Amino acid sequence: MERIPILQMGEFLLVTIQVDMHDRLAMTLQDDLTNRISQTSANGVLIDISALDIVDSFIGRILGNIAKISQVMDAETVVVGMQPAVAITLVELGMSLTGIRTALNVEKGMALLQATVGSSANAQFTATEWDLEDDAED
Amino acid sequence: MADLGNTVVWTDEGKCPMEMTHSSKIPEILKTHEAELLSEWNQELVATNTRKGLIKEAELQVECREFLKLLRIAAQSGNLSNIQASEWREVREMLTSISRSRSHKGFTPTETATFIFSFKRPLFDRLRQLLHDPTEIGDEIWQATDLLDRLGLMAVEAYQKSREEVILRQQEEMMELSTPVVKLWDGILALPIIGTLDSARTQVVMESLLQKIVETGSEVAIIDITGVPTVDTLTAQHLLKTVTAARLMGADCIISGIRPQIAQTIVYLGIDLTDVTTKATLADAFLMALKRKGTTITRK
Amino acid sequence: MQKIEEMEIQSSSDVVLVRQAVRQFAIELGFGLVDQTKIVTAASELARNTLDYGGGGTVTLETLQNGGRRGLRLTFEDQGPGIPDIELALKDGFTSGGGLGMGLGGAKRLANEFEIESVVGEGTRIIIVRWK
Repeated sequence: MERIPILQMGEFLLVTIQVDMHDRLAMTLQDDLTNRISQTSANGVLIDISALDIVDSFIGRILGNIAKISQVMDAETVVVGMQPAVAITLVELGMSLTGIRTALNVEKGMALLQATVGSSANAQFTATEWDLEDDAED
Repeated sequence: MADLGNTVVWTDEGKCPMEMTHSSKIPEILKTHEAELLSEWNQELVATNTRKGLIKEAELQVECREFLKLLRIAAQSGNLSNIQASEWREVREMLTSISRSRSHKGFTPTETATFIFSFKRPLFDRLRQLLHDPTEIGDEIWQATDLLDRLGLMAVEAYQKSREEVILRQQEEMMELSTPVVKLWDGILALPIIGTLDSARTQVVMESLLQKIVETGSEVAIIDITGVPTVDTLTAQHLLKTVTAARLMGADCIISGIRPQIAQTIVYLGIDLTDVTTKATLADAFLMALKRKGTTITRK
Repeated sequence: MQKIEEMEIQSSSDVVLVRQAVRQFAIELGFGLVDQTKIVTAASELARNTLDYGGGGTVTLETLQNGGRRGLRLTFEDQGPGIPDIELALKDGFTSGGGLGMGLGGAKRLANEFEIESVVGEGTRIIIVRWK
């Protein structure tokens, strides 16, 4: 069965959605991610949707679910790379995805995760200046 | 349009088809008397040309000669009633281009149409001189009038169309001019909005801001509305949508320059801006954005 | 020239195919990226409704020409149970299928024209139009 690959990078999980997902595939992703968070004790999930040319209410709901589920399992979720046209449409649709953290791209998303989770294990991802400042206590 | 050639065309005026099948003398006259027609037409145009500064006589002569030549060639097909047919294509193209250039040069529609209508007198004179049967003269003049009226209308239409194109282009340019997204600092954009925000304009504003956010990877965008005279519910909603869309993409918006009366309106209309960061001035918003990026400005 | 295409909606992969076909029509009509995204998203919502609540059905895609304006009309039809209270179904947050309830109301907001006819026990027809 078709599946969306989940990559592990240190204590974070990375998912890049590159196909036009049908609903079952999205549901499978939600299940797979939940299982992987539990197996790996990951404390951050990064979902890159820069290749998605639409996000409808169903995909929006799945993203929201993933964020909530991961939070329950002590992992932060950041959705990155939403295209402007997709964002405008989602707002018009009436979904603001409150509760989901976002970043402009994978790099900034990683930095945000690191800042939030406060990890030093992923030193290969250098956080941007302001994130370091924000987390001076680390 | 189908190639009508020499076929009979019924017109609304209820002309007898027999008359029409009797082929017109106009094509023949255009051929044999081209030189005289041209010179008389030229005189006519020069006499009626009240805008000598706009077009040179020499240029006018070239246009006349070229147009008459195309008219003569098209007329040889025998079809004088349907200028949409393929044999009239070159005439149509030239007429369109003349009308466009008239419109760009600042001629009025009347002046543009006169280019065609001033050909009536030379042509009618010629018909009266060369033909003898009054019925025939009447028929021919009717055909000539019909043809030249159609061409005249086409000239006016082309003139009008080129004006509309200008208006449309200017609207688009204004749209673009009105939404300059500027970079204030590495990762900080500003969008100073001037003038009333309507639905169409807000969409352009929103799209160009969000696009710029992606292109520059900016995490903070300041929307300055100092230059916006009033804010109604719709405008406020549009602004909120922009802020929400930016947040979905991973960028924060700060709205600055809310005038006192606008602040009152916002409260009066019951618009909820609690989720939106607002600052009094663009300078305050910029300072806040810098702070968020961990940068401070100190005086030396 | 008018272009018409009818498609079946019987599975969730058909919904994906509908999205792709709508995108193709919108591109051919010269829609901008935002307009494309809006009509494709609306189509996705309605196709899913047809599948989930109508028990499957069809969608007809038609290009429109009105003077200088060009548009795209999508007609979703099913022979499902129908919608008893349309006004309620159009409200955000209303759902009978466990979703967020953004489908109908959201699709309406994303389109320029929206029409809905539904007879309980016979089925539902929803027509949306988006102009360039």
